Amino acid sequence: MALKVEHELHHRRLGRNVGLALVLLAFVALVFGLTLVKTKRGDFNTQPPAASAEEGN
Amino acid sequence: MTDTSFETQVQQGDAGFGDFFALLKPRVMSLVVFTAFVGLLAAPQPVHPFIGFVAILFIALGGGASGALNMWWDADIDRIMKRTRGRPIPAGRVTEGEALGFGAFLSVLSVVMLWLATNWVAAAILAFTIFFYVAIYTMWLKRSTPQNIVIGGAAGAFPPMIGWAVATGGISTESILMFTLIFMWTPPHFWALALFMKSDYHEAKVPMLTVTHGRKATRAHILIYTLLLAPIALGLSVTSIGGPVYLAVAVVLNLLFLKGAVDIWRRDEAQAEADGYRTEKKVFGLSLMYLFGHFGAILVESTLRVYGLGGW
Repeated sequence: MALKVEHELHHRRLGRNVGLALVLLAFVALVFGLTLVKTKRGDFNTQPPAASAEEGN
Repeated sequence: MTDTSFETQVQQGDAGFGDFFALLKPRVMSLVVFTAFVGLLAAPQPVHPFIGFVAILFIALGGGASGALNMWWDADIDRIMKRTRGRPIPAGRVTEGEALGFGAFLSVLSVVMLWLATNWVAAAILAFTIFFYVAIYTMWLKRSTPQNIVIGGAAGAFPPMIGWAVATGGISTESILMFTLIFMWTPPHFWALALFMKSDYHEAKVPMLTVTHGRKATRAHILIYTLLLAPIALGLSVTSIGGPVYLAVAVVLNLLFLKGAVDIWRRDEAQAEADGYRTEKKVFGLSLMYLFGHFGAILVESTLRVYGLGGW
């Protein structure tokens, strides 16, 4: 017979670990999204400012 | 070893996810999110929706981090007061060290991420807000002066300025007035609550105005701050973020709030106790509507402006 150890403490640990995993995944998605937006907007454009301004107009 | 201490030892270090979330003071965060959101949308420069979302998220996280640091520092008085005994640290679910590490890490993370996502001005104001709330309010003013809530209220007033800075990269008359509106609103809002909440600050040796100067003086303070608040609220209507909708809302809410403050001032403790602090409770409820009404009106004006309406 398998020994089953169930305690409220284990639920809390599981909840904390799953929660942390989700937060980390969300953070990765957030940084990825931010990078996409900033790249598309040209925030990291290395062209001279004048050329960038003309393109923007 | 008593049963209580045994239970505490078992629980320490095994906090659930919800306990760490509770350290962020989620209810306070809702005000931070709303006012920062309004500050961001009211600004003349548009912000990319995703960047706006990220900015609000990290402003809220910065506010939450300062809440965690506040709970770390105030753990001793939280254990004494009935209202705060259930918080994660006094309840023994989170250790003080964990709260300190959690709050400090999230403070740095939120400021750095806000800087990377938006600009250094917004990040600098967020960093100052955290510093102000933790060092100036929590560590210094809260336990040393009955004016703690007045000066400490500044920490809660910064979010719309941060939202504005996210969009514009700077500070303006409008953002300073939004700051001042919350700054001047905090004392009458909090003192109205202090009048009917028979709190145990006295036991915790926190000098609240109701305890140090008495309830009569607190009633007078509410009236004075409400009188000073009205011109600031009305003054916002003539700035670039104001307009007829905002003015109408501001006139109505300020008249109601002033009437409430006068009613509180006229009453004494015997009258208040006789009707269960009805007026004080009503004014406290009104104060919540007051702030959400003003910022809601700014939001309406900025939305109307998109369609060529709104403003003067």
